[in-house]
Amino acid sequence: MINSLDAYLVLSALLFAIGTFGFLARRNAISMLMSIELMLNAVNLAIVAFGAFIPGLAVDASVIAIIVMAVAAAEATVGLAIVIAIFRNRRTPLVDEYDAMRR
Amino acid sequence: MSFDTLIPLIAALPIAGFLFTAALGRRLGKQAHWVPVGAVVAAWAISMIVAFTALTGGEPFGEHGYGVKLWEWIPAGNFVVEAGLFVDNLTACLLIVVTTIGMLVHIYSIGYMSHDPGYWRFFAYLNLFMFSMLLLVLADNWLVVFVAWELVGLSSYLLIGFWYRKRPAALASKKAFIVNRVGDVGFALGIMAIWVNTGTLDIRESMDILVHADVLTIPLVAVALLIFAGAMGKSAQFPLHVWLPDAMEGPTPVSALIHAATMVNAGVYLVARASPIFASAPDALVVVAAIGIFTAILAASIAMTQTDIKRVLAYSTLSQLGYMFAALGVGAWTAAIFHLMTHGFFKGLLFLGSGSVIHAVHEEQDMRHMGGLAGKIKWTYLTMLIGSLAIAGIPPLAGFFSKDEILGESFKLGFAWVWAIGFVVAGMTAFYMFRLMGLTFWGAFRGPKEIWEKIHESSAVMVVPLILLAIPSIGLGMFLGLPLGDSTLHHWLEPVFREATELLHHEAEPYSLVGIDGILIIASVAVASVGIAIAWRLFGVGLPGLRREGSPARVQALSARVPFLYRASLNKWWFDDLNDLLFIRIGGRVAAAAWWFDRNVVDGAVNGLGSVTRGAGRGLSRVQTGRVQNYALGIAVGLIVMAGSYLLIVGR
Repeated sequence: MINSLDAYLVLSALLFAIGTFGFLARRNAISMLMSIELMLNAVNLAIVAFGAFIPGLAVDASVIAIIVMAVAAAEATVGLAIVIAIFRNRRTPLVDEYDAMRR
Repeated sequence: MSFDTLIPLIAALPIAGFLFTAALGRRLGKQAHWVPVGAVVAAWAISMIVAFTALTGGEPFGEHGYGVKLWEWIPAGNFVVEAGLFVDNLTACLLIVVTTIGMLVHIYSIGYMSHDPGYWRFFAYLNLFMFSMLLLVLADNWLVVFVAWELVGLSSYLLIGFWYRKRPAALASKKAFIVNRVGDVGFALGIMAIWVNTGTLDIRESMDILVHADVLTIPLVAVALLIFAGAMGKSAQFPLHVWLPDAMEGPTPVSALIHAATMVNAGVYLVARASPIFASAPDALVVVAAIGIFTAILAASIAMTQTDIKRVLAYSTLSQLGYMFAALGVGAWTAAIFHLMTHGFFKGLLFLGSGSVIHAVHEEQDMRHMGGLAGKIKWTYLTMLIGSLAIAGIPPLAGFFSKDEILGESFKLGFAWVWAIGFVVAGMTAFYMFRLMGLTFWGAFRGPKEIWEKIHESSAVMVVPLILLAIPSIGLGMFLGLPLGDSTLHHWLEPVFREATELLHHEAEPYSLVGIDGILIIASVAVASVGIAIAWRLFGVGLPGLRREGSPARVQALSARVPFLYRASLNKWWFDDLNDLLFIRIGGRVAAAAWWFDRNVVDGAVNGLGSVTRGAGRGLSRVQTGRVQNYALGIAVGLIVMAGSYLLIVGR
């Protein structure tokens, strides 16, 4: 059990679930961005685990993991920029105050 | 100029006069009459040339008339309507009546309307009326006839309601318009029926097909009765007669123009024009005769007690129109047109004369406030006396010939009941006309004294038309009606009515002055004389050597002896009250109920659908919170549901 694929996948699923819960439940925009990072990394963990345990997938998994990291970095940058811009306008980091879409 | 130009000019001149006066008349003020009167005089002159050439059978008219195609009006596949004008002998006769009387009415109006602020407007409307009527008699196409028909209705509406600030005038114009619409619906349906049957709207072509076709989609009786419905509206026949007496609210020249020369003759003209259709449907003809003679006696009975001078004349017009329709109904086409022509002149004369009387006594129309005017307004008196003798049917004046021809022909063609009623009406006509003369011109003046002193004859521009109308009232009957039994008018109209006469299989009975025709003449002259004599005894006479005072006491005693008949006549047989009950009270209730249904059920359904949609939208819009996390939750839940169901269904 210790050194098996299942353990990694369970951990990955747990991390993803925590990230999802954080994204849905946290009111702070920064915390939501962090939750997204958590979900991305949970998925990355699953991919790398697949690559390590299934010989045919080693190279592919590495490539995908590195792309995910790059995308995550870009996403974090853009996301943070948006949050800062909104914060300057609305003077609050709390997303439930951002109801411009309703009007 | 060739007739190709002259015939359209007859109709074009009045419409040009109308457009000019409507556009510029206001600035012309009291000079506004020159262009409209000039246009009508020119139209009259051209009409005389055209009518003379047509009636003498000159080139290019020949026996059957001559037409001018103007343009292709509606080219739409199978449905082609060509606008054109056509002059045959019937049209020529109508042209004479319409333009001559129309012209005299125009000239008379210069005097009669001279103090009216709407002077230019009046002449513009008169010209529009002339155009409509001339187009009506000239048109060679049912649809053009219908357009002219509606234009006549419109211009009569404008003229009856000329003094639109007067509430009765505004109401009367609306009444005339609406009652006419009722007939027009019939006429429109008739035209549609003609098109369905024949596929053409050309008058001559369609009648040719209708008369000779073996099988028709819509039976001829229906077509004939629908056309007659239109004629009933315009010619004010029972039960659509109610508008005409009210139309007296318009200025008096309008009454003369509508009641003598134009509008009311349109129906008679229409039936005469469609004579082959009617002759092929004898059942419809009986209806025409019955309604005509019934209107004649109904209107005559009302005319006997009315006190408004113009209303007496209006009911007399109804009665005379009834005669014309009776003549058409029995198949005496020529007699109907004959009476139309003579009646046009003497009734025009009587109306213009009554206008002169009304002017003299300062716009008073109630005959109870008149009397003894004969000495003060001699010319009016003399001309009106001629008119009254003419309408009463005293030989040798115009009305005698035409009325006698109607009565004689209906008797000889086997319609003894038409003759009998017509005979009674002839006596009543003589009575009410001389009652009018007695109350107006003889006896003592019953109005205020200060008016009596100021009464004077109208200006020459009003008297001259009276005299000019008196001449045909005396002579037209002799000119058209002689020799008896083989008259000039018969020769003129024989080609027009040949087909209808042949269809009816009427054998031309030889005319015998010493036989039946002589007896009929003596009878009708006798009954007219009796009518005059009774009126004379009751209402007095002031002729030199024949002076006799009227006896109001005896009039009262007589009316008290037949209280029901007297009240019925005075209240116009309660037709206005009946219409009020049927259409205003009951019809109003029905309309109110329909309105309620429309508001609550029809509108309710539509509005209900609307508010349900809005409510649903408002409810669903709550889902759109605008908060990212709510949407994300939706996505997550959706994903879980999808993934879960995939696992449950496929994963097993």
